[in-house]
Amino acid sequence: MGDPLLSGPLDWGIVGIVVLKVVVAFVLLLVSVLFMVYWERKFIADMQNRIGPDRAGPAGILQTLADGTKFFFKEDLHPQRADWAVFVLAPFLSFVPAFVTFAIVPIGGDFSNGNDGTISIFGRDTYLQVADPPIGVLLFLALSSIAVYGVMLAGWSSGSKYPLLGSVRASAQMVSYEAALGLSVCAVVLLSGSLSTHEIVVQQAGSVLDWNLVTTGVVPFVIFLIAGTAELNRPPFDLVEAEQELVGGFHTEYSSIRFALFFLAEFMNTVVMSAIIVTLFFGGPAGPQLFGPDIIWGFFWFVAKLFVFLCIFIWFRATLPRLRYDQLMDLGWKVLIPLALGWLLLLAAIKLGQQLDWNLGAVIVGAIAIMGAATGLLVAAVRSAKRTADDDVVVID
Amino acid sequence: MGYLGGFAITLRNVFFGPRVTTQYPKEKAPIAMRRHGRHVLNRYEDGMEKCIGCELCAGVCPARCIYVRGADNPPDDPVSPGERYGFVYEINYLRCIHCDLCVEACPTEAITESKLFEFSFTDRQDAIYTRDELLVDDDGRPQLLPWEDWRPGDDEHTSAWMRATAPSGDASYEGRVAWSGELGYGLRAPELGQTAPAPADDHDDHGHDDHDDHGGGH
Repeated sequence: MGDPLLSGPLDWGIVGIVVLKVVVAFVLLLVSVLFMVYWERKFIADMQNRIGPDRAGPAGILQTLADGTKFFFKEDLHPQRADWAVFVLAPFLSFVPAFVTFAIVPIGGDFSNGNDGTISIFGRDTYLQVADPPIGVLLFLALSSIAVYGVMLAGWSSGSKYPLLGSVRASAQMVSYEAALGLSVCAVVLLSGSLSTHEIVVQQAGSVLDWNLVTTGVVPFVIFLIAGTAELNRPPFDLVEAEQELVGGFHTEYSSIRFALFFLAEFMNTVVMSAIIVTLFFGGPAGPQLFGPDIIWGFFWFVAKLFVFLCIFIWFRATLPRLRYDQLMDLGWKVLIPLALGWLLLLAAIKLGQQLDWNLGAVIVGAIAIMGAATGLLVAAVRSAKRTADDDVVVID
Repeated sequence: MGYLGGFAITLRNVFFGPRVTTQYPKEKAPIAMRRHGRHVLNRYEDGMEKCIGCELCAGVCPARCIYVRGADNPPDDPVSPGERYGFVYEINYLRCIHCDLCVEACPTEAITESKLFEFSFTDRQDAIYTRDELLVDDDGRPQLLPWEDWRPGDDEHTSAWMRATAPSGDASYEGRVAWSGELGYGLRAPELGQTAPAPADDHDDHGHDDHDDHGGGH
């Protein structure tokens, strides 16, 4: 258990490798963010029959650098009524958790033929991830809760009404979807029997049928994808920064490099969320070794799967109109959370049934009957609440 | 397909969708026949200015970008036929919205619009065109000022709107010339529209009275 690099006594070689891994992960994440900013604009332009950025460098590839340079040279405005210390702190609260979360993602390694992803750097065995804490998934959930503070405090400290409204929406939205997110992760953890991201990947390494996507029955993945999109405040759940209603939302008062930090954090969170999805449901870097050196294939499969999910997030943005606030809350509390909870109980019942040698068919039929009854009760409760609310509406002629 | 149909549409456009972008400075979209562009001040065939300094254009202008001051014609060297002429005529192009209401309001067809829209300034003062810059040259064509990017055709048919609809749209005027001659062109032929078989467009057949009232109100 745990990274074999750290199992023995500590020496300078180990420290060097850890520092190297941290730097590589840092650079990798920044480069992927640079790429994501460019690719999002280019890909969404394709979907909207446009060309997208094409001025800076060949096919506009240097657009992100141009944007970044511009942000650095802009004036850094200090709103007079802002709470200065919190105002400065907020952007960091929003993007540091993304970095830390990326540390637990396995980005490569050899998982084929029953290998456990250990590779050898400078004669020492290690995993290709910065850290493999035994509570990895819990760390991810904790850090995504901290990211809420970034958005919330940014709006609160700006001393302005639109950011405040944006941050109120943000905290409500992120808190409610975090429940669904956590419950769908529970399904994965239940089947893998481990909170360690490395262990979860090892469990899925066999074939496509071993992926948690299949073993948990797709539903937790769909819930995770929807809740994750909401957690990222990406369209169609971007009412935190709904331009038509709230100017820029929580970052209205931010300018220059402080705004760039939020911008960076948003894309960084997108990349990290895609990486987490790949790790939890799609086997992370696990995949067949085709030809050439073994060491590149784990990284190749990881990047390929990551890229697919980055494209899916952009696809969402290009396709779906923004949800209304009440629709957002309805979807979160009345659909996703009950569904995630019910599915978790179903998986738990099946797992328990297997351990106790119960009849599998009977377990499934019983569970579905109970879930059906629960759904009926929920729908009835929602209807009755809605009727009461409608009765309270005073119609003015 | 409901919700999922939308995903198919966006994905289809990635691979099979057209690219509608025009690479503007390199390639330019065709300009409309009666695009509202930079104004010109017209002159009669004998070179007299058409503007009489009545300020109706300034009165009707919703952006308040026109400044006109009339003055009595010097008896020995008149600028326009009649009593008065436009002594000062200025248009501020930082305010102008090119709505063409000044053209509709003008009783003597003095102000019309060319199709030029590619012009810019580095200074607020430069954005104010004066009478000297707006007046047509000795051939009756707009002056091609050095900071303007004229394209072929931008300076033609500057009074097309007038010749298509004045005075107008009224069936009894169909096909009848009801406009004055212009320097360099003489009496111009009707523009497309006036004699076209389509139903006459009569939105401005009471234009002059209307605009008089309007001007007085300001």
